[in-house]
Amino acid sequence: MLVNGQQIVEALWETIVMVGVSLLFSFVIGLILGILLVVTRKGHLWENKAVFTVLNAIINVFRSIPFIILMVAVIPFTRLVVGTSIGTAAAIVPMILYAGPYIARLIENSLLEVDPGVMEAAQAMGATPKQIIMRFLIPEALSSLLLGITIATIGLVGASAMAGAVGGGGLGDLAITYGYQRFDTLVMIITVGILVIMVQGLQSTGNFISKKIRRR
Amino acid sequence: MITFERVSKIYNGKQQQIKALDDVNLHIEKGEIFGVIGFSGAGKSSLIRCVNLLERPSSGKVTVNNQDLLSLSPKDLREAKRSIGMIFQHFNLLNAKTVFANVAMPLLLANVPKDEVKRRVIELLEFVGLKDKADNYPDQLSGGQKQRVGIARALATKPKVLLCDEATSALDPETTKSILQLLKKINEEYNLTILIITHEMGVIREICDKVAVLDEGKVVEAGSVFEVFAQPKTEIAHKFVRSVMHDDIPRSVYELLKVRDQRQKIYRIVFLGESTGRPLLSEIAKQYAVDVNVLFGSITELQGTPFGNLIVKLDGDENEINRAIMHIHQQKVTVKEVLADVS
Repeated sequence: MLVNGQQIVEALWETIVMVGVSLLFSFVIGLILGILLVVTRKGHLWENKAVFTVLNAIINVFRSIPFIILMVAVIPFTRLVVGTSIGTAAAIVPMILYAGPYIARLIENSLLEVDPGVMEAAQAMGATPKQIIMRFLIPEALSSLLLGITIATIGLVGASAMAGAVGGGGLGDLAITYGYQRFDTLVMIITVGILVIMVQGLQSTGNFISKKIRRR
Repeated sequence: MITFERVSKIYNGKQQQIKALDDVNLHIEKGEIFGVIGFSGAGKSSLIRCVNLLERPSSGKVTVNNQDLLSLSPKDLREAKRSIGMIFQHFNLLNAKTVFANVAMPLLLANVPKDEVKRRVIELLEFVGLKDKADNYPDQLSGGQKQRVGIARALATKPKVLLCDEATSALDPETTKSILQLLKKINEEYNLTILIITHEMGVIREICDKVAVLDEGKVVEAGSVFEVFAQPKTEIAHKFVRSVMHDDIPRSVYELLKVRDQRQKIYRIVFLGESTGRPLLSEIAKQYAVDVNVLFGSITELQGTPFGNLIVKLDGDENEINRAIMHIHQQKVTVKEVLADVS
């Protein structure tokens, strides 16, 4: 084997950092955009056709660009933000741009599932728009929202592996440089194995928490 | 307490405008249980939503508790809504929250202190008979229990008006009865004004004091429940009355009409209130030379007053029959001859 255990642990850590940090930022972006997509839609709290149409279009544009192209396309922006276009920090920027709009869509879907009757009850109680979002919309959608976040996290694990192709570091990097380019099958098996376990773990955790919240 | 003045609600559809409410005038007194009945699409739902402005009327004026709601700022409107409770056909509870948290919600929105919230919620749950379910979730409750939670939630901020949007339509008859009893109890104990919309005449008969019949967005008939039941003026009101009164003349009566001889006549007699208790038929049988035969009858109770409907055959000389009918008329009892061509 061309790599030692230490390198694998390092790569694993890099992957965790990439996924964790980009998840955090893209979740915040996605949550805001997702809520805006719901409340600006026709007949909702802050109906606003212009905001909805523009947001909707921007999200669709980002969602249609393949990640590998997006990574290259935003290099100038990445350099502007983190000062470099190679390495783990540099991989995080396109990962956020990739996952943010994706999470926005997932959150939008979850929020739209909330029974309109509950919203009506909230309005009948005299709740402010902010209270409606914070105390009714999000808590009611939380269980399904968590499943969406799980899907997005797994998507980010996949993206982080691809980021390896441009020197982003992490398990994907290891798999490409050693496993693929230097034909080290064992490295390939180990890295892919770790990724499989990660994804399994994430999905099970997501399911478990979501179920706990849903209480059924 | 609630006044509608020339209220209209128009929806702009793709092809045409839909008039959900058409120049509605209504006045609901304090402490009254007021029912609005109509078929689906009659505009009931728009009507009740115009009371707390879940829908804004296209024109007209809505006054609740001496406040012209349409003139209020959003903040004042939210404040005003706290004195208007609402319960729904599908309960609209928060499924992710416990019964306790659901009932506490309106109080939390109004920034009521925590221990005050707790005291009030327990008191409300006790009132609706669900004290032991405080920590349960809505999906662990039956339909009737969910509606009780809805009622407790609606009462949390001590409203002056309770709006019931088809509140019993998703419940079985037995549960409907118990929920209606609870509404009656609320009305009596808190002197709460209740507006009910429904398509079930049984609900109106059970607890309402007054009723308005809504058809294609218009109030076509309104009055005390007693009046409307006893003498429905419109065909649609009559239809609703028949749905619970079974005052249709049975086929057998019509069969009889075909074969009767000249000396027999068939009448429908409607008893109202006190006259129900009088031995009217026995009186006419004794005083006039007629034989009385009851063909069909039903007696029900409206607002604690009996209300009866009898179909009788009078057999005798035409003069005697007419005199007997005069006698019934004098007792202020409605009587009408049943003719063969009615069917």
